[in-house]
Amino acid sequence: MAPEVAGSYPSPQAVGNAPGPGFIGFVHRRRRGAELFLLVLALAVGVGGYAAVGLGVDQEVPADLVGYGGWLAALVVLAHVVVRFFAPYADPVLLPIVAALNGLGLAVIHRLDLAYEAAGKSQHDFAQQQLTWMTLGVVLFVLTIALLRDHRVLQRFTYTSGLGALALLLLPMLPGIGNTVNGARIWINVGPFSFQPGEVAKVLLVVMFAGYLVLHRDALALAGRRVLFIDLPRGRDLGPILAMWAVSLSILVVQRDLGSSLLFFGLFLVMLYVATERPGWLIVGGLMFFGGAGFLYWFSATTGRLSHIQNRVNIWLDPMAYYDKSPGSGQLVESMFGMSWGGLIGRGFGEGQPDRVPYAESDFIVGAIGEELGLTAVMAVILLYGLIVERALRAALISRDGFGKLVATGLAAVLALQVFVVIGGVTRLIPLTGLTTPFLSYGGSSLVANWVIIALLLRISDQARRPVPDLSGNDDSDGFGDDATQVVKLST
Amino acid sequence: MNKPIRTIATFCLLLFVALLANATYLQYVAADELADDPRNRRVIEAAYSRERGAILVGRTPVAESVESDDKYEFQRVYDQPLRYAHVTGFFSFFSQTGVEQSQNAVLSGDDERLFVTKLVDLLRNDSQAGGSVQLTLDAAAQDAAYEGIQGLAESSGGPVQASVVALEPSTGKVLAMVSSPTFDPNELASHDLSAVDDTYKSLDRDESQPLLNRAIQTTLPPGSTFKVLTAAAAIEKGLYDAGDQVPGGATFQLPQTSGDSGLIDNEGRDCGTTRIPFTQALAQSCNTTFARLAIEVGADDMLEIAEKFGFNDGDYLRDLGPQAASNFPDDMNEPNTGQAGIGQFEVQASPLQMAMVVAGIANQGTVMRPYVVDEVQSPDYDVIDKIDPEEYSDAVSATTASEVTKLMVETVDNGTASPAAIEGISVAGKTGTAQSGIDDVPPYAWFVSFAPAEDPEVAVAVMIQKANIDRGEIAGGVLGGPIAKAIMEAVIQ
Repeated sequence: MAPEVAGSYPSPQAVGNAPGPGFIGFVHRRRRGAELFLLVLALAVGVGGYAAVGLGVDQEVPADLVGYGGWLAALVVLAHVVVRFFAPYADPVLLPIVAALNGLGLAVIHRLDLAYEAAGKSQHDFAQQQLTWMTLGVVLFVLTIALLRDHRVLQRFTYTSGLGALALLLLPMLPGIGNTVNGARIWINVGPFSFQPGEVAKVLLVVMFAGYLVLHRDALALAGRRVLFIDLPRGRDLGPILAMWAVSLSILVVQRDLGSSLLFFGLFLVMLYVATERPGWLIVGGLMFFGGAGFLYWFSATTGRLSHIQNRVNIWLDPMAYYDKSPGSGQLVESMFGMSWGGLIGRGFGEGQPDRVPYAESDFIVGAIGEELGLTAVMAVILLYGLIVERALRAALISRDGFGKLVATGLAAVLALQVFVVIGGVTRLIPLTGLTTPFLSYGGSSLVANWVIIALLLRISDQARRPVPDLSGNDDSDGFGDDATQVVKLST
Repeated sequence: MNKPIRTIATFCLLLFVALLANATYLQYVAADELADDPRNRRVIEAAYSRERGAILVGRTPVAESVESDDKYEFQRVYDQPLRYAHVTGFFSFFSQTGVEQSQNAVLSGDDERLFVTKLVDLLRNDSQAGGSVQLTLDAAAQDAAYEGIQGLAESSGGPVQASVVALEPSTGKVLAMVSSPTFDPNELASHDLSAVDDTYKSLDRDESQPLLNRAIQTTLPPGSTFKVLTAAAAIEKGLYDAGDQVPGGATFQLPQTSGDSGLIDNEGRDCGTTRIPFTQALAQSCNTTFARLAIEVGADDMLEIAEKFGFNDGDYLRDLGPQAASNFPDDMNEPNTGQAGIGQFEVQASPLQMAMVVAGIANQGTVMRPYVVDEVQSPDYDVIDKIDPEEYSDAVSATTASEVTKLMVETVDNGTASPAAIEGISVAGKTGTAQSGIDDVPPYAWFVSFAPAEDPEVAVAVMIQKANIDRGEIAGGVLGGPIAKAIMEAVIQ
């Protein structure tokens, strides 16, 4: 391993000797110092939020603030040091954003623990458990960064990933360990732990799609019939999309999980479009999904079966009419009341009633943030997610290999779609579906999976931002940097 | 692959912009609408828990918030609950009525006039305190009115459905407003919400309607008290003066009628034969006279003058909740006009309306808009808004008013309204005993008056809808006169 490390990571001097700006145009800086500075700010959000919860609810700084802050700081510093050593050119913004979101989520979950306790509801220590899950997430993040030195290795596991994803998606259907929560059969119970395999499956799906598409993109890109200025794909290439469509709709029907269904199919469409550069796929896929969902809605409305689909849509159209019905919109409306009650700057920690919303700590955590921290914080959170997604797409843009581009795009799409589906659902932009808010919501599977996603993104961005790799010995040292950039262009 | 990646980046940007716009809509644009939703417990609990301003009569709070050590920070307390219940209204978790409702913005501290206070609270990080409301009520007058009705209930040995309104003629200030039966707003303001719900339901189901503010929400035929208005109309039209002779007689057959149903009599009072003095006609409450006068004035002119006094207007009193419009019918034929002239047919008036009629006469023909809230005060009791009296209408000329006053003084001095006479002060008054028009429902007793006649300080209307009294003994003068007298004495002294 050691010689590889030396070869793959040129020393600063080597970078200095590399072709000058005139040839290569632009050399990415490592910016690890900037990352450290941003991480300090992110820690301030997490620790400050925790202290503010104590001050707002109990009028005193929490007794365990030092221990808590120390633990959080240790995790963040560990992640930073590992990145500094193993992915020195990785994007410097992603880790601080994620640390800030995770810290804010912990503070809000702690606030909800206190609210449930005050309201005399069943006592939880969600925040403590979430911190444990965060620790596990950071450990997996560290392992991913340290062990996965080149993301292209993953391409070998294309079909393994696919099988793994399929198995994970089917697990909740197994009697004995499958568990239905709120009508959605997407949980498994193993001993004392419950787990949402779909959260892990989405990472595997990205790897599988990327591996498959990077090989078959040329065939899939062949144009078929041209209808209204759009080149439709050839009929014979419809196989994979049909398969994915069937899987998505069956998740919707069998597991009653509109969120995951939309997420997986949307992810597949985005990656297919990026791989083939054919907007026709988006049209065909979009029509298929919304046609299928529309048919299911019609089926549900006319026959009364699959009534959860119809309920979700009716509640979305007029939540106030279903306030005290069952199944009703009480949760959504209470969250809307809370967010409007919070207004622009929020009520402040301890001044709102976020516990009025069932599952405020998981699906509806944005509602709790909106109530006590206001529109300001909700906007900040949305912008942070926007930054993650755009930074991930940036990594995809500058990545030098097709597989990396596809994985980065896929991971960005997963995050964007998930955030849109869950925040849009909570704020009644779209029908409500059960998904967790990445990094904020209470939930181990989601948190751990998302930390791994960030690790993969950092790995890809590290490879992409690294100065032209010294892959072919000293061939590049004579200054033909242009060739290297040409290669990149051809592969895009 | 970079072109589609850029497209995806733009697409994701749009998704996030949509989320931002939608969150802004929810938390800013639609926030007020959501806050107004009656199911929004956050808003209700916050309003309920807040320190509300006091409702003051004189310098005494009749409703105030005191600190509470339970789930909510403050408890609303009414010191003299039964006496002021219908004016203050109640402040419960579920709803508000009366001044608690109409002045909610001030009491809760949300009113624009409290802007400076709110700003200071915000800067000091204090919780928002509510402003206080000073009522126009006169504690002595209110006591006299309440005790008068209570006295009637005790002497008759049963519950009384009645209402009393006293006005200051020159301003329109409501000096007293009592409605019976009453209720205890403390029970509805309790923090024990299920008890509040039970209490409210039983009050709401009670046949005697204790929650109803009869002073403004009940309209009944005013009977003979309406003759004051008929007299004013006849004089205003120039048909007669107080010193003139008017048509009299023991009976009067309404035009276009025959038989008993169209025959009006005077129930045995002395109304002469063909012509009698105007003073005698009002003093003896001659139905035969005033039915004729109304017909002579004509349905249209009667309607015009009645509306100037406030009939057919349902919201001249701005400070209290829903108010019933007193009714004077339009397009009446002659026999109906005749009956309307003695306060029957479809004429219906609230006690406040009849108080406005006599207050208008007392104030030289100018009717002032009645009001209950005198001042809005900051939480530190600094006056930040003083409500100015407002003219409602010039109903009749000053000459007409003084002529009618002469008639009414005579009615107290030598007529049916004598129970309201006060030693050494000249009082103007009129009684009324109106047929309910419904079998088994006893007649309504009315009494209206003002004093002193030459420089009126107070105008009163008393209405007794139902009491434990024999049908034959129900008469406005006997039942209402003493109550009116007590109120006038309380104000003048």
